[in-house]
Amino acid sequence: MAERSFKKEVEKLRAGAGEEFHGEGILAVTKALLQSGVAYVAGYQGAPISHLMDVLSDAEPILRELGVHFESSASEATAAATLAASVNYPLRGAVTWKSTVGTNVASDALANLASGGVLGGALIIIGEDYGEGSSIMQERTHAFAMKSQVWLLDPRPNLTSIVDMVETGFELSEATNTPVMLELRIRACHVHGSFIAKDNKRAEFTLKDAQTHPVRDVSRIVLPPASFLHEQEKIKTRWPAAQKFIRDRKLNEFFGDEQDIGIVMQGGLYNMVTRAMELLGLSDVFGNSRLPLYVLNVTYPLVDEEFTRFCAGKRAILMIEEGQPDFIEQNVRAILHKADMQTKVHGKDVLPMAGEYTGQVLVSGLRKFVEQYTPQLLDDARPAPQPVKPEVLQQMQTLVQPRPPGFCTGCPERPIFSTIKLLDKELGRHHVSCDIGCHLFSILPPFNIGNTTMGYGLGAAGAAALNVEGEKRSIAVMGDGGFWHNGLTSGVSNSVFNKSDNVLLIVDNGYSAATGGQDLMSSEADNLIRSTHHPIEKAVRGVGVDAVKTVTHTYDVAQMRDTLRAALTTKEKGPKVIIAQSECMLNRQRREKPQVRKLLKDGVRVVRERFGVDADACTGDHSCIRLSGCPSLNISPNPDALRLDPVTKVDDSCVGCGLCGELAHAAVLCPSFYRAEIVSNPSTWDRLLDGVRNSVIGFLQQRRDKRLLTQAL
Amino acid sequence: MTSNKPRAISIAILAMGGEGGGVLADWIVDLAEHSGYKAQSTSVPGVAQRTGATIYYVEIFPESAEKSAGKSSVLALMPIPGDVDIVLASELMEAGRAITRGIVTPDRTTMIASTHRVYTIGEKSAMGDGIIDSSKFIEAGQAAAKRFIYTDMAKIAEATGSVLSAVLFGALAGAGVLPFQRKDFEEAVRRGGVGVEPSLKAFAVGYAQAENPVGASIVKSAAPVAAPTPKGSHPALDALRARVGALPEALRTIVAEGVKRMLDYQDVAYANQYLDRLQPVVELDQRNGDGSYRLGIETARYLALWMSYEDTIRVADLKTRAARFRRVGLEVRAKSEQVLRINEFMHPRIEEICDTLPAGLGRWIMQSSGLRNFLGKFTSKGRIIQTTSLAGFLLLYFVAGMRRWRRVTLRYQVEDSNITAWLDRVRALAASDYALAVEVAECQRLVKGYGETHERGSHNFKAIMNALEQLRSKGDAARHVRELREAALADEQGARFKEVLKLCLAN
Repeated sequence: MAERSFKKEVEKLRAGAGEEFHGEGILAVTKALLQSGVAYVAGYQGAPISHLMDVLSDAEPILRELGVHFESSASEATAAATLAASVNYPLRGAVTWKSTVGTNVASDALANLASGGVLGGALIIIGEDYGEGSSIMQERTHAFAMKSQVWLLDPRPNLTSIVDMVETGFELSEATNTPVMLELRIRACHVHGSFIAKDNKRAEFTLKDAQTHPVRDVSRIVLPPASFLHEQEKIKTRWPAAQKFIRDRKLNEFFGDEQDIGIVMQGGLYNMVTRAMELLGLSDVFGNSRLPLYVLNVTYPLVDEEFTRFCAGKRAILMIEEGQPDFIEQNVRAILHKADMQTKVHGKDVLPMAGEYTGQVLVSGLRKFVEQYTPQLLDDARPAPQPVKPEVLQQMQTLVQPRPPGFCTGCPERPIFSTIKLLDKELGRHHVSCDIGCHLFSILPPFNIGNTTMGYGLGAAGAAALNVEGEKRSIAVMGDGGFWHNGLTSGVSNSVFNKSDNVLLIVDNGYSAATGGQDLMSSEADNLIRSTHHPIEKAVRGVGVDAVKTVTHTYDVAQMRDTLRAALTTKEKGPKVIIAQSECMLNRQRREKPQVRKLLKDGVRVVRERFGVDADACTGDHSCIRLSGCPSLNISPNPDALRLDPVTKVDDSCVGCGLCGELAHAAVLCPSFYRAEIVSNPSTWDRLLDGVRNSVIGFLQQRRDKRLLTQAL
Repeated sequence: MTSNKPRAISIAILAMGGEGGGVLADWIVDLAEHSGYKAQSTSVPGVAQRTGATIYYVEIFPESAEKSAGKSSVLALMPIPGDVDIVLASELMEAGRAITRGIVTPDRTTMIASTHRVYTIGEKSAMGDGIIDSSKFIEAGQAAAKRFIYTDMAKIAEATGSVLSAVLFGALAGAGVLPFQRKDFEEAVRRGGVGVEPSLKAFAVGYAQAENPVGASIVKSAAPVAAPTPKGSHPALDALRARVGALPEALRTIVAEGVKRMLDYQDVAYANQYLDRLQPVVELDQRNGDGSYRLGIETARYLALWMSYEDTIRVADLKTRAARFRRVGLEVRAKSEQVLRINEFMHPRIEEICDTLPAGLGRWIMQSSGLRNFLGKFTSKGRIIQTTSLAGFLLLYFVAGMRRWRRVTLRYQVEDSNITAWLDRVRALAASDYALAVEVAECQRLVKGYGETHERGSHNFKAIMNALEQLRSKGDAARHVRELREAALADEQGARFKEVLKLCLAN
């Protein structure tokens, strides 16, 4: 069960021809896939396309009605290989993942797919995780499109254009026997807008047809001599076919008035470029541009004739291309050079080579470009905004602190890292090789644990070399998501085969939590469309690890610490695997809250636990916060008239996971913490006991309160 | 000029993950779409949804203008500095963040913010006071925005049993910056269908606050939990009051707090001892100070804190009081029909146990390693004590009752001699280097907490005291002591402290 439910929204996917569809970008993409008559879809979750996978999961009934087969792939490589169904059969298929990381994982299958080519339309929806909000290295998918000859679509970021481009993408793929990538930037994935829907289409040729009547064509298999043939085919047949299709179907767009300078841009940047031009008086809110615009909804391949036509009679063009290297700009220069045209090409000279093209960056780049050639066009520019006083700005820059993402309230992964911190004090620091997933928040304050992260599922692999005879063992961390993605082979099997002596901590919280709580092989949750309940320990033992310990309650810091200490200090050789198992608190809360509400309503006895801090016992050192970092551990101005340091305060968001108490014990912190048990619908016995206790305790308390004053008097 | 050309209305929402920024954006979109406007919203949630700061961006544009132009509008996907009409900040530092992002400009932007603070991990994990002064953000908001509407919306949400986004939505309506009627806003909330009634209540308060902004008073400190105030007339109390009354005006409040603490902690004699110890410092201050009584005030504060050091007896006392039971009930929101149980996490080590024994006995055990190890075995694990159970309460009640013998405990003797040494230093310095005396008095701030924290603090305190003579010979000792104190609170490992100490002594 994913974090966000689209059960309600997916009903919109049934919209018929002519209906206006309002919704998020990824929902529109799903609708476009159904309108295109896909036979199968697959993918691997990850921002910014996690929601696309969630939508598909929640849309399972609708997909089934239309005969669409949907797989939650084990990895992006699996997803890419799934497209093999379109090699021999006229089947339309679509897959999706986070890029460039997912594309890297998929590249083997993708390159093979691109070499042999496809018969049915094969579309890859790429969530380009670049710029603000991104969580990965800043690279471009463009490079991959170039190296394997996969066409790259980059539509204008409005739902109508995106939906059109999904549909046309399939046609392009079929017309050129080439897989096609459709790139969506982060904001486009989440953009809310509208478009006019068409009817959904059933695939005419089905997967069942393919299975029943298999077709074999040896010329489509990547093996010599066919592989040499493929390369020739790409250049001689598919490439020109693609350029013809793009030209004939007018996939790229031309806007604006005639001038002797012009602007070329990636389609995905169109809205922001238009706004920047509006501010400079070069366009208006409707996109009525005073400069000629050439919008590349297809950024690979480029169409030479379109460029030479656009540049004819122009002194200069500005190429607006986000990210580096400047592949398109270089290509444009080559095209113009070959055509012997003198049009000057600007781009990364007035715009920055690296980094996101925000509105501000675009305004400044466009201004520099136009000023050089036709400065009078800028006469209508809006007056510059009145700036904030520099001293105010400067003060804010010093006072505003970053808010790094961190573990959620009650997260079961927190105690694991608190344990490592405790052991640091005892055994000294260890090299920690991290992985991708929520657990990577350990590298940030307050934990500051971890040396490297080499990719999803590669935590153990990242510690492979740091495995020689010495005083300390390396620790590798891996999540359950990464484990099933590839960590079992790249990490665990590798350490068995290479006789590693390292410690691997597998964080098993029951979900692919960082990407939005999707179910995994090892999830404890029942899933109607997937097979779950496959324990990690069984897999680890299966590949030959004997020293496996599963801790089923990570909040037990003492047990966590003892287990990890034993693994780090044992004389026994060979890989040591600790599976730290507790359910993701976010998912657990979502699962349990409705149940508890129902019990309360039915008058059943329910005990709620939460923690608190006695402000008069807290001295404001905040060790507890530094060891835990739980969002519900807050601070509050000291209520004591004498003390100055703020005290720790537990917010009501506390879910009573118990870590604070465990840490108070294990780290000998302080006695300020208490755990309150609040019994709703108490039993008669509860009430009776409570009554007796209260009267005795109350009597003693009163007696002493009186004595306190007597003593004072 | 193009300024009379139609343009989109732009709204940026700055929030933290899980704070309802998305709900707010959805309401605005729904409101616009039902009021003849086209709406586009975007966000960059990503990992920010896990407690990080994030931004939602909405643009709206009238459909009528699209119709007359015969063309669709092209709306932006992210805010451009100078081009943002409305900024909604769910928290005060986020308002500051909006300013640093340049999206608040004095000629254009109406900023609406909640003044409550959600502290950053940096502020929270500081070893002392890391809280940033809220008034700075308010001043900046007033300077940076065309109009700055601010009030504590978390409080309103709490009072109305709703969520912050509903108050913000109400304030947005009340600000009158969008071309829609109040009822249009309310209809959007109704169509949302979740928690409609409380949301509308919160909306109404937010609306009223924005319509007639009164600003917000920034509460610097919570209401003090009053120690049992000595009331009534009694010769001993009257005498104490008279002694406090005889002090210079500037000192009376803090000394009265100190006296109250001594009475709460021990007894009348202890309060008199406190005043006896303070008196010479006050006299020195009168002779050498500038009339601000800084030395007297800080000594009064830290002497009271030191004399009420947190031993096992004190903790047991605080944990078993009736007022504390009531406070816990309020804090965890236990209703009267519910049963409340309170569990304490105690981990008294052999050190704390010996501290509470008569000095001779305690010292003997601590020095005999065999006995210490034997007893240590029983104290290696923490204990959970349920104060609301009879057994748990009686145990702590008994320990709290040991206060009458506090003066013979090992801890008392240790603290007593440390206090004396510290006060001697303060007094000795008062005449020759007043500023340094104040700094030395304030060094007591380092000695706090329990277990390791206390040991670390005491260690740093001693290190400063030991270096004092050397620092004085170098000159500007007051500044160095202040720097050392700040360095001691910079990190747990004491790396910064060592560095600064080396630097101070090298000069």
